[in-house]
Amino acid sequence: MKHSFDIVVVGAGPAGLAAATAVAEAGRRVAVLDENPRVGGQIWRASLSKVARDRSKERAVARFEASGAKLFSGHQIVDGDAAGALESWVAATQSLETFSFERLILATGARERFLPFPGWTLPGVFGAGGLQALVRSGYDIRGKRVVVVGTGPLLLAVAAHLKQDGARVVLVAEQAPLSQLMQFGLSLITRPGKIVQGLSLRAQLANAQYRTGCWPVAALGDGTVTGVRLSDGSRTWTEACDLLACGFHLVPNTELATLLGCEVGDHGVVVDADQQTSVASVYCVGETTAIAGVDAALLQGRIAGLAAAGRASEARTLHMQRDAERSFGRRMDRAFALRKEMLTLAMPDTIVCRCEDVRFSQISQAAAPGNGWTNAKLQTRCGMGPCQGRICGPALNALFGWKNTSVRAPLFPLPIAALCSSPLATDDATTLVTQEN
Amino acid sequence: MKPFDVVILGAGIVGSACAYECALAGMRVAVVEPAVPAGAASAAGMGHLVVMDDSEAQLALSHFSRELWRELREALPQTVEYEECGTLWVAADAEEMEEVLAKQQRYANSGIASEMLDERALLEAEPGLRHGLAGGLRVPQDGVIYPPTAAGYFLSVAQQRGAQLIQGKRPVRAAEGEVVFEDGSRLSAGWIVIATGTDTSLCPWLKIQPRKGHLVITDRYPGVVRHQLVELGYLKSAHSVSTDSVAFNVQPRKTGQLLIGSSRQYGELKRKADPEMLRRMLDRAVEYMPSLKQLSVVRVWTGFRAATPDKLPLIGPTPDSTVLVAMGFEGLGITNAPGAAKLVLHHLTGAAVPMDPMAFLPSRVARAEAVHA
Repeated sequence: MKHSFDIVVVGAGPAGLAAATAVAEAGRRVAVLDENPRVGGQIWRASLSKVARDRSKERAVARFEASGAKLFSGHQIVDGDAAGALESWVAATQSLETFSFERLILATGARERFLPFPGWTLPGVFGAGGLQALVRSGYDIRGKRVVVVGTGPLLLAVAAHLKQDGARVVLVAEQAPLSQLMQFGLSLITRPGKIVQGLSLRAQLANAQYRTGCWPVAALGDGTVTGVRLSDGSRTWTEACDLLACGFHLVPNTELATLLGCEVGDHGVVVDADQQTSVASVYCVGETTAIAGVDAALLQGRIAGLAAAGRASEARTLHMQRDAERSFGRRMDRAFALRKEMLTLAMPDTIVCRCEDVRFSQISQAAAPGNGWTNAKLQTRCGMGPCQGRICGPALNALFGWKNTSVRAPLFPLPIAALCSSPLATDDATTLVTQEN
Repeated sequence: MKPFDVVILGAGIVGSACAYECALAGMRVAVVEPAVPAGAASAAGMGHLVVMDDSEAQLALSHFSRELWRELREALPQTVEYEECGTLWVAADAEEMEEVLAKQQRYANSGIASEMLDERALLEAEPGLRHGLAGGLRVPQDGVIYPPTAAGYFLSVAQQRGAQLIQGKRPVRAAEGEVVFEDGSRLSAGWIVIATGTDTSLCPWLKIQPRKGHLVITDRYPGVVRHQLVELGYLKSAHSVSTDSVAFNVQPRKTGQLLIGSSRQYGELKRKADPEMLRRMLDRAVEYMPSLKQLSVVRVWTGFRAATPDKLPLIGPTPDSTVLVAMGFEGLGITNAPGAAKLVLHHLTGAAVPMDPMAFLPSRVARAEAVHA
């Protein structure tokens, strides 16, 4: 099926919703594509709805729904061309659909970063956000002893949520040293709202320990995780657990932007004051440009929506606020910066690429001077499995400084049937152009 | 004295194999790679080790090379994923069955084992194939490898024997025993071997054209396909000189993944996969093996084969007595790399090869051109 819109937004998280709302309110025809069944993105989907009502989410969703923007859920973008078309895979109908546009706004969000440490691939070890999502979808965590390790503001949020759902959170181990976090905390004096949020999360954890300056050395267990060995630099000890949740802050999802030819920098997709990328028809907003949280995402979304709809000047008043949120993000990056010990956790036999079972020693052998990820990929296949380096890529970037610049369609695995002439598809279906809105 | 006996330009599978042979022969070797070793056609191809019988010269070279691969088998590291899965040439109809018979004769005359299969035997060998195919020919000693690590093996053996890898420098001139780099630096050697695949910037007189191909790799489905499957019409596709063509060509990887090909396009230089070509190629694959339709595609990529006018590689001396080439392997660079390296060594040292080296001389293309003119 083919669709045609003035503006297409990819991602229905806070940034995407804000962008689409602004576009629709400006009277332009806009579609929002998202792979999930519901709006909200990772952050709002996983929000602590049982813990506290999230009024900013409710407001944003209500305004989006009233705006006239059209939502396409369950659409996963597999290919695209900045000149004006995206191709999405719809699992529900097992078909590809095409969206043509004049302008595109990317709000593809971020994902958790994983760092390889011995035992991290044991059953029972989860990504922090992944475990939260699993519990959301029905996994019974009641009575399970959980240790949460890694870094970033997500750890506390996940721990609070898991506890709410009946888990016994034994320990939250934050690798960043307290001094570093204190600086971040002090810099938030100008932002009381954010501190209150942090304190209330802390309070909800009650008797669980939140320890800074300690990190996982190894996940332990024979067949499934039974404990985790931790270190604070001067001593190591073991905590018993049934589940280990780990996450090392977030990394932006830049694959689609890279495929479209947008410049990607160290923190994410590079944008100008109007959120426009190096490709004129493409804007980018939210965590995809740099990890800076929900407030930055909402502002950036609105700025890009107005700019893409031809009303950039109306958004100028928001620039200062947006820039302040960005600097909040940069402070957060500094607060949760990886300590050097995090980069030496992998042992020679630690698996780095789960898809292709590639171990650290194989990769370090291929990491000769002058050889980047391409050579390591060719020689070891790391990053060549179904996830296309989404998991090991950020780890390799942290460990070796490598960047994945080779992104190809399809961006996600597809059945062969989707790429050949399906006998089910009629000629009508492939030539039909529907007029939405 | 010159610092190197031979400098090899290009660390693809052919250049790496040449470095390996020259280093084993005791020469002082340098290998120049401006980008990533085995990062172009060697990384893009399937890694099918196959005896091709489309000409006598091709048969001799690919047979010789396949046997060299088989001899190397024990020495190759696990990561090369060598598997002697055999080729199964699939005949769709009675006409193609006649070709199976002729093919078997040609193989038998060269002492190459092969086995004819009727429809039933074909389906027993490969239950995923559709019913109603006529039969096929199994060539049990053909195999598959993962080419980048095979090239890496050749290179590392050469390096252990003292060969030097010069990486990240682009040569802009190669003549009279001297290589000149982009940055103005120079390297002199007794001989220069150009093995730069489709890149003819150092030897623009060679008639080599890039011929684009598409490949698809699936998720892991162990046991779904057992042999390298190739439709017998493949040769028609491979030999059509003007038009774009596709052929059914499926390879089981040791990982359980399937590689699905193949397409051939002249005059198409864009790297991006072409959805229309991809559709034609996969339609063809599904026509032979309907169950492929459900499998999940993990990646799609393209690559460029170095095609010559007569489908044979260009291996040997050039008018400049210090410069040799080993180029133009089309879709057989992986198979033919070890044999090509022996041919290069023959031209350098007079070492014997079990075929007529004249058939591959670069000068033949120029001669043929002159005759046509």
